Amino acid sequence: MKPLATTRSATGIPTGRLAIWWILASEIVIFGGLIGSYLMFRLGHPEWADAAAHTNTWIGAFNTFVLLSSSFTAVLAHQAAEKGEGKLAAKYLSFTILGALTFLVVKSFEWASEISHGYTITANGFWSFYYTAAGLHGLHVIAGAIIMAFIAKDAAQNKELHRVELIGIYWHFVDVVWIFLFPLLYIAK
Amino acid sequence: MSHAVTADSHGHAHDAHDHGPQGILKYIWSTDHKIIAMQYMFTGMIMALIGGFMAYVFRMQLAFPGQSVPGFGVVSPGEYNSLVTNHGSIMIFWVAMPVLIAAFGNYLIPLMTGADDMVFPRINRLSYQIFLISAILIIASLFVSGGGFGGAWTAYPPLSSMSEYSLTKLGSSMWLLAVALEFVAFLLGGINFIVTLMNARAPGMKAYDIPIVCWMIVIASILFMLSVGPLIAGAVMLLFDQMIGTGFFDPTRGGDPVLWQHLFWFFGHPEVYVVLLPAIGIVIEIIATFARKQLFGYKIILYTAIVTGILSFFVWAHHQFIAGIDPRMANVFTVTTLLISVPIAEMMFVTVATLYGGSIRFTTPMLWALAFVAEFLIGGVTGIFLGASGSDIYLHDTYFVLAHFHYTFFPIAIIGTFAGFTYWFPKMFGKMMNETLGKIHFWGTIISFNFIFIPLFFLGIGGQHRRIYNYENFPDLIAGQPLRVVATVAMLAMLAFQVVFFINLFSSLKSGKKAGNNPWKANTLEWTTTSPPPHGNWPQDEMPKVYRGPYEYSHPDRDEDYWPQNLPS
Repeated sequence: MKPLATTRSATGIPTGRLAIWWILASEIVIFGGLIGSYLMFRLGHPEWADAAAHTNTWIGAFNTFVLLSSSFTAVLAHQAAEKGEGKLAAKYLSFTILGALTFLVVKSFEWASEISHGYTITANGFWSFYYTAAGLHGLHVIAGAIIMAFIAKDAAQNKELHRVELIGIYWHFVDVVWIFLFPLLYIAK
Repeated sequence: MSHAVTADSHGHAHDAHDHGPQGILKYIWSTDHKIIAMQYMFTGMIMALIGGFMAYVFRMQLAFPGQSVPGFGVVSPGEYNSLVTNHGSIMIFWVAMPVLIAAFGNYLIPLMTGADDMVFPRINRLSYQIFLISAILIIASLFVSGGGFGGAWTAYPPLSSMSEYSLTKLGSSMWLLAVALEFVAFLLGGINFIVTLMNARAPGMKAYDIPIVCWMIVIASILFMLSVGPLIAGAVMLLFDQMIGTGFFDPTRGGDPVLWQHLFWFFGHPEVYVVLLPAIGIVIEIIATFARKQLFGYKIILYTAIVTGILSFFVWAHHQFIAGIDPRMANVFTVTTLLISVPIAEMMFVTVATLYGGSIRFTTPMLWALAFVAEFLIGGVTGIFLGASGSDIYLHDTYFVLAHFHYTFFPIAIIGTFAGFTYWFPKMFGKMMNETLGKIHFWGTIISFNFIFIPLFFLGIGGQHRRIYNYENFPDLIAGQPLRVVATVAMLAMLAFQVVFFINLFSSLKSGKKAGNNPWKANTLEWTTTSPPPHGNWPQDEMPKVYRGPYEYSHPDRDEDYWPQNLPS
């Protein structure tokens, strides 16, 4: 039997949803600290624009498109889960996972090309931030995709459907972090 | 929403509660919040002994430089640095936080709010296990080649980032990883505390019926969560500087060492309040119970705690007045620092106002609680001199700073813990502690504590610098040696008095008087169940309901001087 505490809801908000928002709050300050530090450095080092000119805006834009589309299928999965259609939700979640994989594959080719041109993480301050921020974001993409695979497996059997919404909220956050990183690392030259 | 319902209908899938592991595994693999609380409590106590042993070794070196320390040997300069660094790190991250937040939070929040467990029992267990790994890692870091990290618990670069300066390549990275893992453990635990208090309260328990200590632990968890993020980002940057040679904090490569100081203290100062608020919460519970009088200003305490939390995000640069920050910025941070003393002072006055006109019982927990107020006051008042940039420029990095923060952290981590531990010991183990031994331990600890740190205030005002391995190398500073000897002897006395505590602990566990459900005649819900509480805290059909606030002592309409929260009127 589950503890009674796990089923109570004094605020009227489901416990899982409350927790996921607090997790996001703690994540926002992690990325906030990193992005804030980057901004302070960037303002103090105009010459970083030269390094930033070597990033490929088109690849970044493509990845932005991929992530946004994967968030869209996460919303569709949530809708399906609300209606109790677990199989459909699992199908939409698998599209989101596919988006995550596409994002990671594109990213690895992009990084491989940059590293082969000598732009490594130790090349200068800009590249250090470039790999650190995008790498930390990439870890979140990987973690999200793995958790999503477990949730999709359950959802396909109509189990734990409320988790489809929770992973969706997390996935939108991963998306929003990239929306900040893309202009800061790729567009600002 | 359908979600609350779906959570219920899958109960059969997770039968861990009734058919969980048996025997010793029951204790190390349990999801029961009380067992996890005890795991945190005793891990914290062991770490406190390790941290105390470190203090013993380096204080002996300071008082009797170059002589062999019994139980350790001759202290080398590198070992000295490693000892002071890890003493600070362990006492804050592996003693104060696990005991005050994790142990008391885990034990008290479900019991005081009438729940049978935390809302995420398995995440709770994971949180302790990650914490345990981090504790093992920090201890292991002392024994690797090169020795433990010696760049102070603040870990300023370049000393922390460049191994050619610190000479502890492996120790530095292990220290940083251990701290990062500890943060992860407390983020997981904190989310659990916050959501449990928000969602799992007993029917009838409104916001202002929640015991203050639960509020304090949850506000502290939120503070921790919102302040630690930038330092996690900073820790990743520092780890990359150490291990793969980036230059985030290296000025010769376009980096900035002061950035680390900002990231560290943006966390580091709220961290003071993260451990202070639970300690104040514990003290307030005890003072209300033993003054036998309604708590003065419940809402004032709650609001000042929230104001303290908000203000604590705007004071961090008072640690950096001589780090080359803009003097105009120093003005701003002086003002915010002086402002934050107002809500803290208000909380101290509230405890005094609660005592006024009360019918005070001087039990051991009450003595600890009163000592907290008195001793923390000294810590708070001396902080004003360090928060004002003018006087701080003189006092910075002297023993005055050291004495000041020990007058805050010692009341928090040691006095607050002993207050809470002696107060809830009957509930935790079903036995009473011995009052005579408790009082001997109390007076021995408090008197020797003051003899350690008051001399250090005088040394600091006299211009004696911190972080010096051997004062014989500084003819200008050797005049302070007699006071250093006083402090060290007092510390030996304090350590000796802890033996009394452990005798009391073990003899009470073995043959203490039976406690009964409510030995202190207190109102909060944890006293309505048996001591120690059963698994699930209350029988399933007797889960408590709440009818009033937690501090209705000596109510004029009642014959008895207490009025438990769960009694219908």
